[in-house]
Formats: sequence, structure tokens, C-alpha cells
Amino acid sequence: MTAKSFDIALIGAGVVGCAAWRAFTLAGLSCILIEREADIISGASKGNSAILHTGFDATPGSLELACMREGYRLYREIHEPLGLPLLETGAMVVAWSEEELAKLPGIVAQAHQNGVTDVTQITAEQVRAREPGLANDVKGGVWIPGEALIDPWSAPLAYARQALANGGTLHLNAEVTSGSLTGGTWTLTIKNAAPIQARIVINCAGNFGDLVEAIARPSPFTITPRKGQFVVYDKPAHGLVQSIILPVPTARTKGIVITRTAFGNLLVGPTAEDQPERRLATTETATLNALHAAGCRMLPALAGMEITTAYAGLRPATQFKDYQIEALPAQNWITAGGIRSTGLTGALGIARHMRGLYETHFGTLKPLPSPLWPRVPNLTETLPRPHAQPGRSEIICHCELVTHDEVAAALASPLPAGSIGGLRRRTRCMMGRCQGFYCSRRVLELAAPYIPGLADA
Amino acid sequence: MHNVAIIGAGPAGLTAARVLLQAGISGVQVLERNPQPGGLPRFCDHQGWGVWDMHRLYTGPRYAGELVRRAAGADILINTTVTALEPNGHLHISTPGGPEYLQSRIVLLATGIREKPRGARLVSGTRPWGITTTGAFQEMAQAGQIPFRRPVIIGSELVAFSALLTARHAGIKPVAMLEPGPRILARRPGGLIARAVFGVPVRTNTQLLEIRGIDRVESVLLERNGQREELACDGVIFTGQFTPEAWLPRSAGLQIDPATGGPAIDNFFRCSDPAYFATGNLLRPVEHSGFAALEGARAAAQILRALRGELPPPQAAIPVIPGGALRYIYPQRIIPGGIPIQLHGRARHAHKGRLRAMADDTLVFERLIRILPERRISLTLPGAALTGRNSLAVILD
Ligand SMILES: Cc1cc2nc3c(=O)[nH]c(=O)nc-3n(C[C@H](O)[C@H](O)[C@H](O)COP(=O)(O)OP(=O)(O)OC[C@H]3O[C@@H](n4cnc5c(N)ncnc54)[C@H](O)[C@@H]3O)c2cc1C
Ligand SMILES: Cc1cc2nc3c(=O)[nH]c(=O)nc-3n(C[C@H](O)[C@H](O)[C@H](O)COP(=O)(O)OP(=O)(O)OC[C@H]3O[C@@H](n4cnc5c(N)ncnc54)[C@H](O)[C@@H]3O)c2cc1C
Repeated sequence: MTAKSFDIALIGAGVVGCAAWRAFTLAGLSCILIEREADIISGASKGNSAILHTGFDATPGSLELACMREGYRLYREIHEPLGLPLLETGAMVVAWSEEELAKLPGIVAQAHQNGVTDVTQITAEQVRAREPGLANDVKGGVWIPGEALIDPWSAPLAYARQALANGGTLHLNAEVTSGSLTGGTWTLTIKNAAPIQARIVINCAGNFGDLVEAIARPSPFTITPRKGQFVVYDKPAHGLVQSIILPVPTARTKGIVITRTAFGNLLVGPTAEDQPERRLATTETATLNALHAAGCRMLPALAGMEITTAYAGLRPATQFKDYQIEALPAQNWITAGGIRSTGLTGALGIARHMRGLYETHFGTLKPLPSPLWPRVPNLTETLPRPHAQPGRSEIICHCELVTHDEVAAALASPLPAGSIGGLRRRTRCMMGRCQGFYCSRRVLELAAPYIPGLADA
Repeated sequence: MHNVAIIGAGPAGLTAARVLLQAGISGVQVLERNPQPGGLPRFCDHQGWGVWDMHRLYTGPRYAGELVRRAAGADILINTTVTALEPNGHLHISTPGGPEYLQSRIVLLATGIREKPRGARLVSGTRPWGITTTGAFQEMAQAGQIPFRRPVIIGSELVAFSALLTARHAGIKPVAMLEPGPRILARRPGGLIARAVFGVPVRTNTQLLEIRGIDRVESVLLERNGQREELACDGVIFTGQFTPEAWLPRSAGLQIDPATGGPAIDNFFRCSDPAYFATGNLLRPVEHSGFAALEGARAAAQILRALRGELPPPQAAIPVIPGGALRYIYPQRIIPGGIPIQLHGRARHAHKGRLRAMADDTLVFERLIRILPERRISLTLPGAALTGRNSLAVILD
């Protein structure tokens, strides 16, 4: 039996894969998104800082900058019809020493060069006026009004839901192990499942990008996942800062950030640790304690706040700083690799850029005349939430005020949660200060029929 | 406007409601976010409840039922979550009918306590399924949902033995009980009983270094005397390290004692905004249900006085400061006067020494004590001895 053949097979359902699946589906092609895990957003995209970056500090002239600028613009264009939040906090690069202070004019100049023209240097007094909670050895700052916070899970989910609603195909629990190109058609071998055929393959496999690239060619880039750990503080800490507090960056990373989240928490992180593990992002007690100490130094009132939890994410870093995006016309292949530390912002721009590559190398597109725009449920306090609606169902997660019907819907939706992690990311149940102390039973009762292996009677 | 709103229908809140009703107070509302009142005991399906406050032995669920029965006549609103406190006793609540705004002369906070989960303990490792707390485990077990078969139990406070009892009930066998310190924290039943009765090895001086596993817990990495060992298991139950459920008063800017994690109160159970009173395990980690219930009754007695306008103005309070090996002391503020003043605290570590209370520079209390970290330290001072003083220090040296 020959399998159905798709125009495009995308390998990897991270934020990049979800955005590209959406873009090519809306462009009128038949697309299948293939993901090895039981749910989408299970790789690099599940643990980040959730900042929609302006690109003020990206390398001038880089592809990363272009995709971020475009991604930033597109997010602002589509977030409302998709039901996605946007919390306009602005960000502040804060200098804590004379040495750092001396770097601020350069940061402003680079921002202006990058087209982010509203960036200005501000004095220590102006920093303190905006952020009275910061420690008093602040030396000065740079104000970036356009940096914003978004929901890092609902955004890719919304892109995926729109692709699905408009005819896209999703294949979960499907690891691509090899592939061959014959007569202009790829046949991808899937572990424990039937092969998949497609004319064009898009590699957006995140931390496995170089391994997947090897299906088409010897990979020109090597991934060394760069781990970032975070400490999450409980909601009473949310008001300690108004804007995103960024450090003066180093060559390797944006450094330790203090930021609110769209869910009403406060984050301190991430670290930047090169390590070999591609799939499991572990946390380490000593590192988390150091993050907490660093946070308390910058924001003394944090010391009296409760820690909710900690998490880690793995950035798909390569030997190159820039994104590795390329079309291989002879191989019917498009690569989107090494989307290291700005992919949440860049995803929609990356997808748009890849659409351009497709049109240049593989053919014309006939966009859907009137695509559907399904809205995702809102999880943030920036928009009304179900717990505050008349006729609400029972609240089962008390810390995050998640109702029974939200959990039930996430388990039975068109793109249902495939794991407990996926359910948490779709609803925020068990994500709060008690981490399941009060709600495990209720969540388990609802989830066990849908997600295998959680409990036995 | 209601007279009194009580947040939380656990042992403390329901007992307070009963006392207020018996005193003839009308307009007492108990707000409870769960579909059933009763608080934490509802899911603790073993004996040992009610001894202190009811002088009878119940299982947790029966005790919860008894608390509700004895508070009959109170207006208990279930499925009602308080989402924010505002000054002067104004509450934002979420009800099935929609959000509401509630105003009472006095609000009693009785929101209880929870165990510190893995996340907040910043434990190293992966984050697979099968990591829980005693409270969650007991609730799941009672519903017949067992997430593991061979968990490891972290901690040895009394509640860890509660987890052992539940495990035995549910027919699962923990692989070990781990205690980082040199001895079991619970006075009874102790390590011998854990081994003999439950067949579970107790390992003291043992640190949990890391949790391992991809989708499910597969093992834990331990360290004892510098030696590391990987122990196979399929779950981790974190017990104890209690944290008051204090986010409401914390978010509202009521004064929180960083040492207890609960709201700071005066000796009339008043918070820094005197429209708010607090009682039960919200006040500190942790007491058994009977103590929390009796505390609910004592707070209710002060609320009755407040409704009659009999309490002294809160501004008259002087601070109580813990010192030496004392981890915390409460009430955190006292108003010296005619009545004796009861203080409770805990030590940082096992300690043998002198407990003394200094009113400014004057020694007003002294006792030799020998104390374990999880045991309550109580002292009563004659109120008159403190009149005219500026502060009270309670020191364990
Ligand atoms: C600590 C940290 C902080 C960050 N902060 C921000 C921020 O604030 N703002 C921002 O814009 N960006 C941020 N980022 C960056 C952003 O998260 C990443 O750039 C982005 O998630 C990368 O997405 P991706 O789709 O390329 O990779 P992934 O999300 O890893 O997706 C790849 C997917 O491919 C799957 N896969 C791999 N191999 C196969 C195979 N053989 N077969 C099938 N499926 C396969 C994987 O399971 C995975 O789900 C941060 C990242 C980290 C780690
Ligand atoms: C796992 C565990 C096992 C224990 N085992 C024992 C034991 O065997 N014997 C014993 O004597 N003690 C035991 N204890 C200790 C003690 O019994 C409980 O802490 C006791 O229930 C304390 O009573 P409380 O009224 O202060 O709080 P709780 O019983 O916790 O009641 C608080 C109530 O407030 C409600 N609430 C909280 N926030 C809100 C809000 N925002 N809006 C509305 N309602 C809210 C909660 O839903 C809850 O019903 C145990 C504790 C734990 C955690």
C-alpha cells in the first residue's frame, strides 16, 4: 500500500515547526508535521523566558535579526484573532558597574542600527523611578519600550491549531529515523509507524537538527545544546518589577533576566551551560540557589518571596551565532536549524522566510482564500479567564484558578494534550505554588482516561 | 454587611464558626473553595483525629464530617474561592455564579497549610511523572488512583508516617524513607516502627541528590557520608516542610513573618490590618488538627470581643523577637495588659539549653529545656509584667 504523499513534511513540532506548518498550510500546500514526542512543544520550545524580543541587541545584518523583526511584527498582527496575549512591559538593560555603564551607548547605537529606534539610554534615577525595587547600586540603563511578554505555549499551540483547522496533518509519537529521495519524492522512515512521503522536507528538529540534517547531507552545523535554568517565584512577587530587567549582555548570552510572566509569576534566569544532553533538561540545586542569590542581589525584596518551582530549557546552539536557514534545491529540502535563543520571537518570521525560499526554489503558492482562525483558550491575567465568568465550572486547580471545563477541553480538543506536561502547558493546572498538592487527584481523574500510564487502580 | 467571613472550612475555620454561632452571632459565612467542607482531614483516611478537640478518635474523613456537623447553622459557601483581599475586610470571590465582592466587619483567614513540593525545594534532576507530596498522594489513593508502586519517601516528620499508613492501605511498598538529619523527626512511631510495622528501611543522614527518569521516575541518587548510591524506585513522595497557604495576605500586603511564612498576628489573632484575623495552620508550620481547631476557637473568642468593641487598639502592640536557636515565635506582636500572654515557637535544631524572655532589659521568664526541632515550645507570660515595655525578646540559648 502506498502512503498518501504530502507537499511538505516538517520534522519537529517546536515553535518553529508549528509556525512553518501554519504558514505552508495557509499557503495552500498539504503539510504533515511529524513529532517524536507525544505532544507538540516538547523540546526547546517548552522552556524559555517568554519574551517577544524587538531584536535591539541582535547582530546587525543577520538573518536572525531579519526573522525576529518580521516575527515581532507578525505576532502583533495575528495575536488578537488567535486569542493570544501580549503584555507590553518594555525592558530595561541595567548596568551595575562603571564598566557596564560604559557599554550602554553602544547598545543604544546597535538598537538604532537594527531599526529599533525608540531605544534610549536612561540615568540611574530614571531606572529607579521606573523600578524602585532594584538594588540601589544601579548605575544606569537602556530603555527598550517594545520588548513584551507572551504566552510561550499558547503561541505555538495557536499556530498549530490554525494549521490543523485548515487541513494540516499532525503525526505525534513519530520519530523520523532516516529518509530517501527518489523521483522527486522523499520517503521518511518513522520508528514504529508507516513511512511518510512528501515532495519537500523541512528540518526544524531543534536540538536534533544536525542529526536530522544528516538525512539530506553531512550537516554543516553541529548542535551543542545550551541549557538555561530558571527559578519561578509565586504571584505575590509579580509586582516587584514592572518591566523586563536585562543585564548588559556578554558574547555568549543575554545573561540573567528578571521578568514577570504573562501568567503573573516572576522568573529569574536563565543560565547558559553547554552540555551534551539533547532531550532532558535537568535542574541542579546549586545552580538554582545561585540564581536565587543573583536575583536577590538585584531585587532585594525577592528574598522574602516564595519560590514556586524551577525549570530548564535547552537552546539549539551551533558553532554559529546566526540561524542556519537554507534551501537545498537539489535535495528538495529546507533547513531551519540552530534557532538558538530567539525562536519564540522569530518563529513567524522564520516561517515567512522559508515560504520565500519555497517560492524561489520549489514553485508558486496559492494561499487559502478564507482560512479559519480558531482562538486558543486564554491562560493569562491580561485577558478574561474562565474562573471569573458567570456559570463557571468547579475550580480544580486552586493556585492557578483552572476550572474543570478548561482541563476537560484540553484533553478532548482538536489538538489534545498528549502528556501531563502538555496538559499543564495548555491549562496551567499543577503549575502553581502547590505543584499538585491540592489538585493532583482531580487532574488525574480527568486525565487518566486520555493519557496512558498515569495511574493504576 | 456580614459580621464575620471565615476563609477556609478546615478544622480551624469550622471550629471558629461553631464558637461564633454558639455565641449567637448572626451573619457568619464560611467560604470554601472545594466542593466539600472539612479541609485537609477529608482525605487522610486513617485514625488519630479528634482526640484533642473532640476527645474521641476518628478517621480523617469522619472527623471532617463531625466538624461540619458541629458547625451546623453556619452559612458554608462551597465552590467559593477568595481571590483577593482588600483593606478593611473587602473580599473578591469567585463563585459559580460569577465574580463577587463581599464585605464583612471581620474576616478570619484559616486557609491552612501545604507541603513543600519538589519544585520549591529546588531538587536536582529531571521532571518525570511520579513525584508528589503526602497530601496529594493520600487524596489520589483514597480515589483509587495510584501513580506508583515503589516510591521513596523523603522526610521523617510525623506526616511521613501518615504517608506510610496510606501506602500500606493502598497495598504499595515504599522502598525507603530518607531523612537528611541524624534522627527521625517524628517522636513516635520512629524508625523501629517504620521497619518493623511497615517493612520500610529508614535511612538517616541521607541526602536526596537527584531525581532520574524520562517519562516516569526511574531512580533517585542518594548520598550518605560522602558515598553515592542510585536507588531504583518509581515515585518520590515529598513529605512535610510545611508552608502556610498565605498568598492571599501576602499579595494584599498584610505583614508576613518570614520565619513562619504566615501572617504576623498580635495576641488577639489580628493581622496588620485589624479587620483581618488569622488562625490555624496558616499561622506557622505545623500543628496537628486538634491544635489548629482549638486555635480556631480561641481566635473566635477574640473576634467576639472585637465585635463588641472590647479589643485594645492595635497600635499599642510591641514586637516579639525570636533569638538564639529559636526559629520563630508567635504572636509576633503583643499588647501588654491584664490577660496572660501565650507564645509558641520552634527551635532551629535539636537543642538543650535555657529559654528566656527579656522585656527590654528585664528577665521576665526563664526555663531549662531540651527540645527537638519539630516540637512546639510554649510559654505563658503574665501580661502585667510587660506593661510599659517597648519590646519582648524570646531567646533560646
Ligand atoms: C532558556 C531559554 C530561554 C529562551 N528565551 C527566549 C525568549 O525569551 N524569547 C525567544 O524568542 N526565544 C527564547 N528562547 C529560544 C526559543 O525557545 C528557541 O529558539 C525555540 O524554542 C527553538 O524552537 P525549535 O522549534 O527550533 O526547536 P524545538 O522546540 O526543540 O523543536 C524541535 C522538535 O523536533 C522534534 N524532533 C527532533 N528530532 C526529531 C525526529 N527525528 N523526528 C521527529 N521529531 C523530532 C523534537 O522532539 C522537538 O519537539 C529561549 C530558549 C531557552 C532554552
Ligand atoms: C498531608 C498531611 C497530613 C496530615 N496528617 C495529620 C494527621 O494525621 N493528624 C493530624 O492531627 N493532623 C494532620 N495534619 C495537619 C493538620 O491536620 C492540617 O494541617 C489541618 O487540617 C489544619 O487545619 P486548618 O483548618 O488550619 O487548615 P485546612 O484543613 O488545610 O483547611 C483550610 C481550608 O481552607 C480552604 N481554602 C484555602 N484557601 C482558600 C481560598 N482562597 N478561598 C476559599 N477557601 C480556601 C481550603 O480549601 C481548606 O479547606 C496533616 C497535614 C497534612 C498536610
